[in-house]
Amino acid sequence: MATATGIHHRSYRSELALRQTKAERLRLALVVLGALAMPFVVNVYWLSIVNTILIAVVGAVGLNILVGYTGQISIGTGGFLAVGAFTSAIVYERAQLPAVVAIAAAVLLTAAIGAFFGLPALRLAGFYLAIATLAAQVIIVFVARRWDWLTGGTGFIDVRAFELFGWEVGAGLFEVEWYAVLLVVAGLAVFAARNLFRTDLGRSFMAVRDQDVAAAAMGVNVTRTKVMAFAVSSGFIGLAGALTAHYTQTVSWERFTLDVSILYLAMIIVGGLGTIAGSVYGAAFMSLLPPVLTAASNAVQGSVPTLAEQLPALQVTVFGLVIVLFLIFEPRGLNHIWQRVKDYGRTWPFRT
Amino acid sequence: MASRAYRHSLNGSLLEPGHTLLEIEGVVLAFGGINALENVGLSATQGRIHAVIGPNGAGKSSLLNCISGLYRPQRGRIELHTGQGRHDLATMRPHRIARLGVARSFQNIELFSHLTVLENLMLGRHVHMSRRLVPSMLWFGPARRQEIAHRELVEEVVDLLQIQAVRHRVVSSLPYGVQKRVELGRALCMQPALLLLDEPMAGMNVEEKEDMARFILDVHELRGVTVMLIEHDMNVVMDLSDRVSVLDFGRLIADGSPEEVRNDPAVIEAYLGAEAGAG
Repeated sequence: MATATGIHHRSYRSELALRQTKAERLRLALVVLGALAMPFVVNVYWLSIVNTILIAVVGAVGLNILVGYTGQISIGTGGFLAVGAFTSAIVYERAQLPAVVAIAAAVLLTAAIGAFFGLPALRLAGFYLAIATLAAQVIIVFVARRWDWLTGGTGFIDVRAFELFGWEVGAGLFEVEWYAVLLVVAGLAVFAARNLFRTDLGRSFMAVRDQDVAAAAMGVNVTRTKVMAFAVSSGFIGLAGALTAHYTQTVSWERFTLDVSILYLAMIIVGGLGTIAGSVYGAAFMSLLPPVLTAASNAVQGSVPTLAEQLPALQVTVFGLVIVLFLIFEPRGLNHIWQRVKDYGRTWPFRT
Repeated sequence: MASRAYRHSLNGSLLEPGHTLLEIEGVVLAFGGINALENVGLSATQGRIHAVIGPNGAGKSSLLNCISGLYRPQRGRIELHTGQGRHDLATMRPHRIARLGVARSFQNIELFSHLTVLENLMLGRHVHMSRRLVPSMLWFGPARRQEIAHRELVEEVVDLLQIQAVRHRVVSSLPYGVQKRVELGRALCMQPALLLLDEPMAGMNVEEKEDMARFILDVHELRGVTVMLIEHDMNVVMDLSDRVSVLDFGRLIADGSPEEVRNDPAVIEAYLGAEAGAG
């Protein structure tokens, strides 16, 4: 990786800042400007897709904390999203508590359940752990479908309109108002996760991933750290689940199947394991794939009608193909591609 | 004297030099039917360099692993004196032992390979840092203050080991000799009461060995850290250490000053016999 030259820090504080060069600050400003301009540029349909991306960002960041940063494989994401969604919906709908309380309850309960299903990680790793987390997925969705008290045995709950400190979000321009809320939440989630990995707590996660024996010899309580990683990761995923519930105003078990777990894994693989930025890129990429394919096949409907007819099959095929191609050609994901682009610019006209 | 003013002490022990720091008694460790350690007993003194030597498979690394808690001996006591009490390490888990100030390096480098040199060294500060979730996620405030405070000590270790130029590099991209040095640094950042080094010079060329020997002497002489090291190279051992313990087939066959051990018939036989057999 090329590093910028000519930057001389005079304090640790300035060295620890996330953005150090003018180019980095400029790019951040452009991203912020782009985000603010988004509702004025894209139509309602695409803005709704952006909103689902923002929710996916929160979940993908959470999963990456566990899989990418701590090295514990989980395919229980769908289940944990369900815990967050159902908890928030029930607290908000039945207990009639404020939305903030409902979401906080969802985050905390998902973190607790995630920590519980993380206990096998103390003994298992790799494939075996993946299968153990599959149990979480299956059990949670089963409970959501069949528990009478929870969902009346149907697996569905309707959620009233989302009210935040007296503001009914979505009463006016539904997608635009939700965009504002989700942008703030996703931004905070990304910032919090980024911060986590420049402090000791996050470093201990990475230490367990890289070398658990050495981590223990350096005083890291490996047991605690793994459980903590499951809890923190699940907390983020629970938040994503709760946001889904309020945004769609309905919670259905069908949204939280194994496919969703695989989709989230695909996001962080395509984006880049062990990078927060990668989680964002991956969430955007995988969420944009189906609507972009739909738009593309609609555009060529006249000349190639089979494409539109076979759209569902096409989407599944491309989904699989993308993962395979990334694993072969860029296992470090979109984040690394972007890194290389930046390096190229930095050293231009010289080759690295 | 130190070439520049260091503000932090790297020695984490409260004991006065000359006091007994570590007492090992009757340690037995067996894997299946093989006895890796048979009734081993020795003691290490605060402020000294204590070498453990012996032919391959003598049980040196096993002994170190018992002290740092990676192996649990079937019998025996491993008592650490902290100045505020005694702790039997034989029954403690590794991270608890680390918290008492026992730091170590590994025979085959066990760094956190995806992290930078600084991140590896900062992990050496783990036992001294708080890690509450909410302040960590907020960054501004206590988390940042803590990072900066510990970074100052880490930079002194960077300076001592002369790894300034590579501090932001990912460790897996560094040459072997530098990685060894980073591993020593990571252990030093703990401000250890006892520093365990498992073959710190294995696989190095003469120049790298001399550098490493110099660093170990600096750590010991300038910073007062008690060192227990395993080494194959007899010359290094005789030059560095104040006291030498010799293991052979899991038994302690000699224990004394370098001169005493050098002339001990049992040691000569173990070494020459082993070398003649290997050569």
